Amino acid sequence: MSRYILKRLILAVLTLLVIVFVLFLMLQYMPGSPFNDEKLNAEQVAALKSKYGLDQPVYIRFFKYVSHMVRGDFGLSYNIQKNVPISSMIRGRLPVSIRLGAQAVLLGTLLGLVLGVMAALWHNTFVDTLCTIVSVVGVSVPSFVFAFFLLYNLGFKAGLFPILYKVTLPVSSTVLPTLALSMFPLAQIARFSRTEMLEVLGSDYMLFAESKGLTSFRLHAVHALRNVLIPIITVLAPLIVSLMTGSMVIEKIFSVPGVGSLLVTAIQSNDYNVVVSLTFIYCVMYIGIMLVVDMLYGVIDPRIRLTKENSHEG
Amino acid sequence: MKDEIKIETGREFELVGIRADMHIDKNYASQSFWKDVVVRFTRNKGSVFGMMMILLILILAIVGPTMNGYTYDNVNLDHQNLAPRVKWLSHFSIFDGAEKGVDRYAALGLSDTYYWFGTDTLGRDLWTRTWEGTRISLFIAFVAVVIDMVIGVSYGLVSGYFGGAVDSFMQRIVEILNGIPTLITVTLLMLVMEPGLKSIILALMLTGWIGMSRVARAQVLKLKEQEYVLAARTLGIGHIDLIAKEILPNIFGQLITMSMFSIPSAIFSEAFLSFVGLGVPTPMASLGSLINDGYKSFLTHPYMLVFPTVVLALLMLSFNLMADGLRDAFDPKMQEL
Repeated sequence: MSRYILKRLILAVLTLLVIVFVLFLMLQYMPGSPFNDEKLNAEQVAALKSKYGLDQPVYIRFFKYVSHMVRGDFGLSYNIQKNVPISSMIRGRLPVSIRLGAQAVLLGTLLGLVLGVMAALWHNTFVDTLCTIVSVVGVSVPSFVFAFFLLYNLGFKAGLFPILYKVTLPVSSTVLPTLALSMFPLAQIARFSRTEMLEVLGSDYMLFAESKGLTSFRLHAVHALRNVLIPIITVLAPLIVSLMTGSMVIEKIFSVPGVGSLLVTAIQSNDYNVVVSLTFIYCVMYIGIMLVVDMLYGVIDPRIRLTKENSHEG
Repeated sequence: MKDEIKIETGREFELVGIRADMHIDKNYASQSFWKDVVVRFTRNKGSVFGMMMILLILILAIVGPTMNGYTYDNVNLDHQNLAPRVKWLSHFSIFDGAEKGVDRYAALGLSDTYYWFGTDTLGRDLWTRTWEGTRISLFIAFVAVVIDMVIGVSYGLVSGYFGGAVDSFMQRIVEILNGIPTLITVTLLMLVMEPGLKSIILALMLTGWIGMSRVARAQVLKLKEQEYVLAARTLGIGHIDLIAKEILPNIFGQLITMSMFSIPSAIFSEAFLSFVGLGVPTPMASLGSLINDGYKSFLTHPYMLVFPTVVLALLMLSFNLMADGLRDAFDPKMQEL
């Protein structure tokens, strides 16, 4: 087990290093440097370069850059808010995004699970058809389409919820973005839990549990549901990741003050420093989630751990 | 079902194993694999619907932009924000050019002008622009399949077939690439390069093939231990012939299915990038950039958003439905219960 965790950790750190290296290269060789001013003579440029540490060899600059990034010092914003430290721009926005994402994942998983399990219990009925339709539509229709739909009908026509995020109404403002974001996890989980539940219901141990005379509730809630939940953890990781990208668009549409909309704004206003920093944060979150889920899965289901270890021996 | 054999087994148990309706299907006694696939595919309502929709969208994308004489980049500031108007439908008070009870066609004296999907804020015909944009989405779909088939399949085949240190090394690379969110890679690439189709294609080439390489590798690992492969080896077949003639035809179905599944995500990537403003440059239109334009005047002129959004959603839905059908057709065992 520890060997498995160690391998995953090393791989995660390696991935992160590759990403930071790419980001570093991008900042180094991005067109346009602050010293392009023709009025500066060679000595002044040299003085400026030594002031900013640019006269040092590339590998030392890289290590400095890494240590800055790790400590959360991302430098200053150029365009969006001139000369404001990026870390302070992000600090207020990150919780909003995380909360939105968490709400969407929770809502989607819960509803999807209920729908999928119900579809499996009432196999080949109306509920089952509904589940199939919801999962196909939810997976293939982009989240911003749902966003527009909700925005127009619930926000604009019915006026139930604010169309744009209001800081004074943090709860009702997140209702529409959460709903729009939760469609994809809902569809995925519904589809997955339906298949899993059907498989579990047809298994020998369920027949055995049934023949022991367990009540229907205990049979399904304890014996079946538990075994359905385990594989669902594996789909959660890619789901959370897809939410991170989905939230960029959703946050822009509802003008939610989160990191996603900041990234979109930064891209549109060519604020490289902000883009690079947010990319780094996204990657850290992404790799972190993948790592946690992988380990969680290894702990819960020993079979996976063993096969993975064997396949790693290659 | 007519004459079921009833066996008295007591109250708790009912034997369902012996039924009179279980017999060898003589109608399907011997058919080629591909014929079987076609039969299974056409029997699936969803996949046939998907294929029809894709064909319809494809035809409209080909002929649509030339159908009404407008061009996608012709700015006509006199015809701004005109609601959709179709000659034959206007009698039924839909598509009659009126928006919130106001017919701006009449106000402008354009009694004989018909913009089927309306016009945008610069007076450009949205019908033409929508189908021009669909062309780009379909082109991206095509590119995604080619990348999957060329890069993904060969990477997976080589990695799975040779195994050992080669496989180990290649899989580490995949794991690192997979550790970077795709849209982040794409976004970064767009910042370095000029936004446009070339950069989108390059971005797809960087990461779009990973899923496919995994499927190809897994399939090869499954097949390469089989007896017929051993037999071929014993006959002295070379590596390349073995892969191309023995293994590839047997995994082709799974590969086609997988490439179909990667189309919607490629289309979505392009739409996402255009929506964020990193897509094709103006005045060219893609579905994503049209949605972005429409979104700006969404609450006053919802039709500007509706048409490209519906086409994009239908396109992705259809490809997903078709991929589902293909998966079930190629491998009935994989079918979800």
